[in-house]
Amino acid sequence: MTETPVVDLDGVTFGYTQTPVIEDISITVDAGEYAAVVGPNGSGKSTLMKLALGLLSPDDGSARLFGDPAASFDDGQRLGYVAQHASATKAMPITVREVVKMGRFPHVGFSGLSTTDWEIVDRALERVGMSAFADRRITQLSGGQRQRAFIARALAGEAELLVLDEPTVGVDAESVASFYDLLDLLSAEGITILLIEHDLSAVTDHVDRVICLNRTVYFDGPAETFVQSDALDRAFGAVSVK
Amino acid sequence: MILSTLQAGAATGLLYGLLDLWYWVMTQAWKVTGLEMISPEYTFMHRAVLVGLCIGVMAPVIGTFLVHRQLALIGDALAHTAFAGVAVGLFLNSVLMIGVSPYLTAVVVAVIAALCIELISETTDAYNDVSMAIVLSTGFALGSTLISLNAGGLAVGINQYLFGNLSTVSADNAVILLVLFAIIVVTVAITRNQLLYVTFDETAAAVAGFSVTWYNRIMVMLTALVVVGAMQIMGVILVAAMLVVPVAGATQLSRSFRESIFVSIALAELAVLLGIGVAYYAEATAGGVIVLVAVALYGCSVAVGKLLDRLGPESSPTVAPIQADDDTTGD
Repeated sequence: MTETPVVDLDGVTFGYTQTPVIEDISITVDAGEYAAVVGPNGSGKSTLMKLALGLLSPDDGSARLFGDPAASFDDGQRLGYVAQHASATKAMPITVREVVKMGRFPHVGFSGLSTTDWEIVDRALERVGMSAFADRRITQLSGGQRQRAFIARALAGEAELLVLDEPTVGVDAESVASFYDLLDLLSAEGITILLIEHDLSAVTDHVDRVICLNRTVYFDGPAETFVQSDALDRAFGAVSVK
Repeated sequence: MILSTLQAGAATGLLYGLLDLWYWVMTQAWKVTGLEMISPEYTFMHRAVLVGLCIGVMAPVIGTFLVHRQLALIGDALAHTAFAGVAVGLFLNSVLMIGVSPYLTAVVVAVIAALCIELISETTDAYNDVSMAIVLSTGFALGSTLISLNAGGLAVGINQYLFGNLSTVSADNAVILLVLFAIIVVTVAITRNQLLYVTFDETAAAVAGFSVTWYNRIMVMLTALVVVGAMQIMGVILVAAMLVVPVAGATQLSRSFRESIFVSIALAELAVLLGIGVAYYAEATAGGVIVLVAVALYGCSVAVGKLLDRLGPESSPTVAPIQADDDTTGD
């Protein structure tokens, strides 16, 4: 018996208007995979992520998460999410530890955090190398440090699937490198990673599988093969034609 | 049926009992301080101080979530609909000769308006401030129309709701406020994790399995309750200031979210107590004085915040190396 895929999109079509942004896409991501979705601006990458996470419902086809319909999936403990810029541009007074603490909220519900929960939070901070920043305001951090804090939040939540939506936008090159080292380590430890990324060199150097998208799938396979294929030209070429 | 009536009676008795206890506390405070404004003859001032203290907690607590969701102006929108609610109450009392408290009709109308703001945002692609502007205008239009339909008595009575009044806080109104206060504090205490998550990162909160739509609705309904509760002293026109100004001050001084809530409460309480005191002795409108004090405190907070930033640690810690998960390797 085969294992249930973590993400299972089957014939998914979706559009915010009559024109579909995503058309007839079928992708499965299995447990432990390290996959990246790449494509030009407006290719439907973020929409695909929202469909996979159940934040949007497909117009056609089905989206499943851990075997359950994604739209009604409510086991937030299994998911970790890191957004582009991660909303931290707000001038909100909140410390790094308070942000990482949120990873425990799906576990504790309406209760406060127990000693064990706090230990998990502190361990997550330690793992991403951010313990020294725990009591800093998140707005005082650099882009790279901030994204580490958001990874720590997902680790504190003990997520099985980590979804990152262009996490390195606005992050300096050195921090991007160490950010990817962190993702590599998490992948080696068995966490399933689905990455939406515009930085193609970072993607091909690190991930195992590349899904190249522009409304439909132009390429889906190992990163090495992607570099040699003409999928990129075709996908990006489709934009200029449109 | 009989049981629930008895329970309601007991709860009401308890609330009036609490009010009596408060009179006693204030009398003891008067004996110690000798302050004229809290002398036992002026029980209306005892009630005004109690209402002020409650506002000083509930307004900044809710305001903290609103300000950081960039919904600072929602209080203004709901205050104008609460004004419509007051007009509905006065109108019903005058036309149907029933004795419903205008504050209760204000609660109902403001909560409905709060849900309308959310529904307009959810069902149209409009920005939040567009739905607020629509609801604000509708509220004020409804209020002014109802008042004009029954000119004379209503127009005179409306002044205390527009500008607030220390001396018109009746025992019944104080009890209504205690109920609103309890609902707000208990709801926030229970849902604090979810409200924080939704405030900070809506998408991540949705991924974590929290219903962003429902927590947004809860937040705007609680805002409606705060607005109506605070309206007695602050008046419709200035009530929104208490949701925003102390929070803006606390944001300058605090590092953590938890700290910002406590600092905003401290600033709000200071503004309320100083404001009520000054308003009493200067015979000025309390709402206006409270807001002026709150704004002065905000100015001080900005100055102190800047100073703290300059005196803050110059050296930044370094990011430590990434660590493998010991737990998984040990399994």
